[in-house]
Amino acid sequence: MASITGNVEIRVRKPHRGVIVGVLLVAWVAAWFVLKGINTLALGGQETTGLHRWLTDQRDFLGGGNAFLDAIRVAVDQLVVLLQAVIAQPSYGRPVPVVGWLGVVAVAAYLAWAFGNWKVAVLTAAGLTFLGLQGLWQESMDTLSLTIAAVLLALLAGIPLGIWAGLSDRVFKVATLLLDLMQTLPTFVYLAPLTLFFAIGPAAATIATLIYAAPPVIRLTAHAIRSVPRESVEAARSLGSSGGQTLVKVLLPMSRSTVVVGINQTIMAALSMVTVAALIDAPGLGQTVLKALQTLDVGVAFNAGLAIVVLAIVLDRVTTAAGDRPWRTASLRRKVLLGAGAVAALVAIWFSRTYVWAAEFPTGANIGSKIAVAATEVTNWVQDVFGGFTYGLRDVVTKGVLNPLEALLTESPWWLVAVVVVALAGLLGSWRGAVPAAVCLGLLVATGVWHDSMVTLASTLLATVVVVAVGLVLGVWTGRNQRADSWLRPVLDAGQTMPPFVYLVPFLALFGTSRFTAIAAAVVFAVPVTTKIVADGIRAVPVATVEAANSVGSSTWQVISKVQLPVARRAITLAINQGLIYVLSMVVVGGLVGAGALGYDVAAGFAQSELYGKGLAAGLAIVLLGVMLDRITQAAARRTRKFKGSRGDNLW
Amino acid sequence: MTKKLRTAGVLTAVALALTACGGAKVGEAEKPAASGGKECGTFNLAVSPWVGYEANAAVVAYVATKELGCKVVKKNLKEEISWQGFGTGEVDAVLENWGHEDLKKKYVTDQKVAVVVGPSGNKGVIGWYLPPWLAAEKPELKDWKNLNKNAALFKTSESGGKGQLLDGDPSFVTNDEALVKNLKLDYKVVYAGSETALIQAFRDAEKNKKPVIGYFYEPQWFFNELKLVKVDLPAYTAGCDAVPEKIACDYPAYDLDKVVSKKFADSGSPAYELVKKFNWTNDDQNVVAKYIAEDKLTPDAAAEKWVKDNQSKVDAWLAK
Repeated sequence: MASITGNVEIRVRKPHRGVIVGVLLVAWVAAWFVLKGINTLALGGQETTGLHRWLTDQRDFLGGGNAFLDAIRVAVDQLVVLLQAVIAQPSYGRPVPVVGWLGVVAVAAYLAWAFGNWKVAVLTAAGLTFLGLQGLWQESMDTLSLTIAAVLLALLAGIPLGIWAGLSDRVFKVATLLLDLMQTLPTFVYLAPLTLFFAIGPAAATIATLIYAAPPVIRLTAHAIRSVPRESVEAARSLGSSGGQTLVKVLLPMSRSTVVVGINQTIMAALSMVTVAALIDAPGLGQTVLKALQTLDVGVAFNAGLAIVVLAIVLDRVTTAAGDRPWRTASLRRKVLLGAGAVAALVAIWFSRTYVWAAEFPTGANIGSKIAVAATEVTNWVQDVFGGFTYGLRDVVTKGVLNPLEALLTESPWWLVAVVVVALAGLLGSWRGAVPAAVCLGLLVATGVWHDSMVTLASTLLATVVVVAVGLVLGVWTGRNQRADSWLRPVLDAGQTMPPFVYLVPFLALFGTSRFTAIAAAVVFAVPVTTKIVADGIRAVPVATVEAANSVGSSTWQVISKVQLPVARRAITLAINQGLIYVLSMVVVGGLVGAGALGYDVAAGFAQSELYGKGLAAGLAIVLLGVMLDRITQAAARRTRKFKGSRGDNLW
Repeated sequence: MTKKLRTAGVLTAVALALTACGGAKVGEAEKPAASGGKECGTFNLAVSPWVGYEANAAVVAYVATKELGCKVVKKNLKEEISWQGFGTGEVDAVLENWGHEDLKKKYVTDQKVAVVVGPSGNKGVIGWYLPPWLAAEKPELKDWKNLNKNAALFKTSESGGKGQLLDGDPSFVTNDEALVKNLKLDYKVVYAGSETALIQAFRDAEKNKKPVIGYFYEPQWFFNELKLVKVDLPAYTAGCDAVPEKIACDYPAYDLDKVVSKKFADSGSPAYELVKKFNWTNDDQNVVAKYIAEDKLTPDAAAEKWVKDNQSKVDAWLAK
């Protein structure tokens, strides 16, 4: 009922507001013609402002020795080194790790079986063996050690935080802001300072990964707790459950599947940091990718990237299966089997400790070089076949859409842009949109990189529109069609975890060094997350609702547009939000392929000490752009369709 | 059905395990490598992300390990981070430093945690380069005076109607914006943002006969693949680059040098002596870089190959 009133509301308002928005945009273009080039706040590549220089000065001051940070560093270091000693590095006076490859495969498969099912156990064994066959066993295990450490710490801190944010509105608001910061602040910005805080070594790499990877699990845990229908909570309360009991017996069980999605996303995010963390000497596959990149060896980079994807798929499927498994239902038969499996795993460990063939992965069947050759050939073929067309596409999009948008944003006086954006935000999302927009714009001016921010904003808007369009289509498709989901999912996982560094070289060949290349890379990276969350939301639409619509003779299109999309509205808002944030987190990578602007500023800050402050300011500008766009879209989503459902509604 | 499969799987695994006995045992044939010479201990060597540097590091690490019995720990770090390591004791040596006066001031002069130990013998050349086909077709482009006439040739979607001058990684030393302005060139500096992007642009330009002009430098492994042609800018004279905003002359030739941590210099480690005496030519470095980048040898194997062919040079570093 409520959603119908919502629709009526839109129908009444839309033309009205649409006209105002149109008039506003026309007025902007007219004003741009007159005022072009005034007060654009452009700042040259090597130029800095007082704020930038001040920030540069603060850096070393922050890095002074500190007992607290030292304790954290030592603890994290120990954890990673321990994991590495067990599975990755020669240790304790032995020429091989404590557990050789056979042992690792056996234990991993056993755990996958024990917590999941036998299918994922087979997948795990096959996946890990494949890593060995790629000739990347040790690198993969180094990466796995670092990932496990970072994810463990992320879950340890993230799940309780997520629950807290799920229960308290105030915590939720603060947390959302901090999570936006953690996810959008480019890793390059804190990579260098982290080595000052935590020294060069595994600790800094793990903590960098942790900062980037923790937000999804916090966000999705909070989202899950908030999505539990109010009636269930009230029912539990009326039956006399205490707060703690309600949490353990109602909220957590009902939100488990979404929390697992959060854990998956955290693992994915951690794996996507592998190559970036390699810049501060994080061991593993990232090193292989970076080294290959120095000589533009797409094949070798792809081989290592593929290993990261395989790791991601294995970890994702195991956690998903573990999430679906009903707990505390092991039959006697299964218990016996579990015991036997444990013995078999132990035997495998013994073998891997005793015999060389089981300790070091045999080098004979090296399919890694074959994969590398094939990848190189495919890349060359794609470049030769599509080369001309892609350049044409780039020029059309750049000239037709990107350049006009960018000109409007960068050449208008800053105050004009600010007025228009605040007005738009107010129209679309009332004061909830206008106030954050005004604050963010003010801070953007203060960062001193306004001009570069507008260049980046133009690319970001274009990329996000593409991401949302593609993500909605794919998300609805996979959400409605189980088979499409199982086919598309590995591709989505690959898009999310294949290090962008791997496809940068082919993209450079296809599109040259340009802003368009950066947009293409951002789309590849951000579409998967949008798709997955949309699909999750579509699947969560009660079957009864869909069937009701079907029974009154709705067409497929009507079911999607009138039932599934409106009911999944909150998931879609989250999907847009995450798509946007993922696009923004690729801005720096874009800076490495010719997008310039904020991405280049951040990379320059990482590379040149006198530009550190400017890099940090540019990083903050990316965050501000993210917060601003997010607040406007959410305020707009809130305003367009109001209906009361579950607890979280008042905040989304 | 699945349960039976499961049981069968487990049983097969156990059976396999039990029958697969045999083969070499871990640790049997392994003896710790004998270390000759004086006590060296651990030698932390920073490795910056370009192949030329990796060639330096490979050879120094190989010699230090084989001849001096050091335990060399290579740390893959961006330059800026490597210098941080001098202060905290995590990095002992940087083998190829391109100028970086700001870092020298901070770590050598102010903090006194690093020491410059002289040239590596490599000469750094920076400048604007053309792909070979373009230089052959339009030789007049080799003189900067003819660049304006041909600006339209270098137009791209990124250059806003002007010619595009492609610059590289933000860590590169560059005066290009000032040069474009002061030489009154109708060009826009577009930052490719990474060496990879720069090399890809040149590779693509040569293959598809596209016009590109961009920043590049020697020594560089890529010259083995493509002999880029340097554009003559107004000749460098001493002091012509004193004021960064007013630079209108070519880049100077850089003597690339080596920097070590103060602690390492005072330690009396034989590895320090090696770093101090290490000296070779651009050609030497390019050979090793080629082994690594094109012949796909591991850095260690590349170093071994070069050392075998150049024993006399290595002996000189070891003062044999």
